[in-house]
Amino acid sequence: MGDNIIDIRHLSKSFDGKKVLDDINLYVRRGEFLTLLGPSGCGKTTLLRMIAGFMQPDEGVILLDGKDIAGTPPHLRPLNTVFQRYALFPHLDVYDNIAFGLKLRKTPEEEIDKRVRKVLKLVAMSDYEDRDVETLSGGQQQRIAIARAIVNQPKVLLLDEPLAALDLKMRKDMQIELKEMHRKLGITFIYVTHDQEEALTLSDTIAVINEGKIQQIGTPVDIYNEPVNPFVADFIGESNILKGRMIRDRRVAFIKHEFDCVDEGFGEDVRVDVVVRPEDIYFTTDPAKCQFKAKVNSCTFKGVHYEMFVDTDTGYELMIQDYDAYPVGSEIMLYIDPDDIQVMKKERFENEYEGKVVSDGRVEFLGAEFECSTDGFEPGNRVRVTVRFEKVDLLDHDDEADTTGHVEFILYMGDHYHLTIRTESGEKIWVDTNDIWDKNDFVGIRILPKDIHLSKVPSENE
Amino acid sequence: MNKRSNWALPYFIFLILFVVLPLLLILIYALQDNSGHFTFANITKFFSDGDSLSTFALSIEVAIENTLLCILIGYPAAYILADKSLNRSAVTVVLFILPMWINALMRTLATAELFNMAGIPLGKGTLLFGMCYDYLPFMIYPIYNVLNKMDKSYAEAAQDLGATPGEVFRKVTLPLSMPGVMSGVMMVFMPTVSTFAISEFLTNNKIKLFGTIIQENINNSMWNYGAALALIMLVIIGITTFFQGGDTEEAANGGVI
Repeated sequence: MGDNIIDIRHLSKSFDGKKVLDDINLYVRRGEFLTLLGPSGCGKTTLLRMIAGFMQPDEGVILLDGKDIAGTPPHLRPLNTVFQRYALFPHLDVYDNIAFGLKLRKTPEEEIDKRVRKVLKLVAMSDYEDRDVETLSGGQQQRIAIARAIVNQPKVLLLDEPLAALDLKMRKDMQIELKEMHRKLGITFIYVTHDQEEALTLSDTIAVINEGKIQQIGTPVDIYNEPVNPFVADFIGESNILKGRMIRDRRVAFIKHEFDCVDEGFGEDVRVDVVVRPEDIYFTTDPAKCQFKAKVNSCTFKGVHYEMFVDTDTGYELMIQDYDAYPVGSEIMLYIDPDDIQVMKKERFENEYEGKVVSDGRVEFLGAEFECSTDGFEPGNRVRVTVRFEKVDLLDHDDEADTTGHVEFILYMGDHYHLTIRTESGEKIWVDTNDIWDKNDFVGIRILPKDIHLSKVPSENE
Repeated sequence: MNKRSNWALPYFIFLILFVVLPLLLILIYALQDNSGHFTFANITKFFSDGDSLSTFALSIEVAIENTLLCILIGYPAAYILADKSLNRSAVTVVLFILPMWINALMRTLATAELFNMAGIPLGKGTLLFGMCYDYLPFMIYPIYNVLNKMDKSYAEAAQDLGATPGEVFRKVTLPLSMPGVMSGVMMVFMPTVSTFAISEFLTNNKIKLFGTIIQENINNSMWNYGAALALIMLVIIGITTFFQGGDTEEAANGGVI
């Protein structure tokens, strides 16, 4: 309680057996600007709708000022929402739209008049009282939608991608105004967006959500500089995400070179993921400073900076942003500051499934049967199946495939792609490949018998 | 005249032959006496004929009652059909529309037989029952259409701003569904003013409606007076449409099919 206006604990929600939100824990401090950031379908809007009361969680509680609001219907919650497509009432004019909530609360006429005029001034829409809402532009409707919500002086203002329908210029202006409004009003804002730049610009705190789970909570600076996993690194800003190995504390190897870094506590000789932002790779003419060499592959002017793709002497491709351009084909010397290397714990090392030996030489997992050596196991035995990422073959057809799936997520790792494939059985398989696939591509999955490894299932009581 | 506008020609001819020409004929017949001389006598006859006037008043009364009855039954039905949490299947919608697939005359005759079988005396009650039964789908469908297409975020926004479920309905859903109600009213009220078959079968001609006396006049070769009555009815329907004029555009958007 106390400082936290909203406390969300162990919140879960499923639709048709699919988990949309999975054990969400989140608190919102009084007066804070919190952004729920994630790709479409990640569950962020569902979370917002549960706070507003339009949906009920399957499990978990939402505390508002320390009180569980599970049983409180939306019209009794001291929260107001700015809807994605505004939802201004077309049968009412601007004034009556804004006064809607106050009239329901039987506020005296004079008071309504005073407050409506005040918020109209705040959103810079004075003189628009009598206008029909359908004659307003998108940006103006947006302002009225915000005015309609804040006139009720809610404890928390919920905003569901409020700027998504506006054009770029308008969006930038509204971002600044929203930030200004938040400062003036002192109301807690919970803001949903898929636009990482918007989140970085506006928020005090960002919660990055993917696949129904909170990936990382932190200030914009923390999230940008110290992403906890490749998803966050890839989603927020541009980045080079690479496989690495922690040699010992403060020493990491990647792109077949060794670098000093500032990370500790991973252990010795441990596989890790490494993120280096493209603006953190520096050019040098001093051979003593040079850590590795590369050849410029392409160079594009991006307005403020140049974006270059370079091939390192060890065969990796890196993205670099710099104010200076280097001609394509030139050999350059590069270095990275220890501070700018972000080391992340590896979330997985290989594909791992629970399977069942069907018959001699056949095992079932991922909802399909695969051929492999079943020496040492009897048909019917439950087994642990492991397959290395690079040993999974992807085909663009399903003849000869063991099972099929769709490409769900693509991560470029400097010299290969790391793909997340959602199989027909709804499970995931991770694949390292040099081939180029697009998101949502249909793929056939084939694994050679020699690449499927079986081991005993750890005993039940473990 | 370009080639493409030639395609409209058949429709244009159809319109002239079957809409404009008959209307002109009604006008000409209404303003002539038996021997073909120009006269206003047919019109003035109506306004001085107590029987015709009271039949007309009764027709309007029955039409208003029927329309109100249709709204009263049709609106909740449409609301339930359009509510995804109450009705998940399109089949129920089709079931409500299904009677429209059968000729209205057949349904009316069958209804009359059912009343006879049950020994219910035919009269105004049975008349209203039959009319409501016949015209209810025309009320349900446009309202259902508007409610079904209505963005549910309006209701959510109202709720979010503090409206109880009852207030959400009164202050948002109902006003926003008025275009559907309006086109329903037009499709029920106007045909009921001029109906004659239903009153004939379901009251055994005990109750005469305006449509009935037009039909009787025409049947008895009193073409001129019949035409005058038809003209008067058209004008009155025209006036009611005109009063709803402000809504016709919305009604067309949200409304009929």
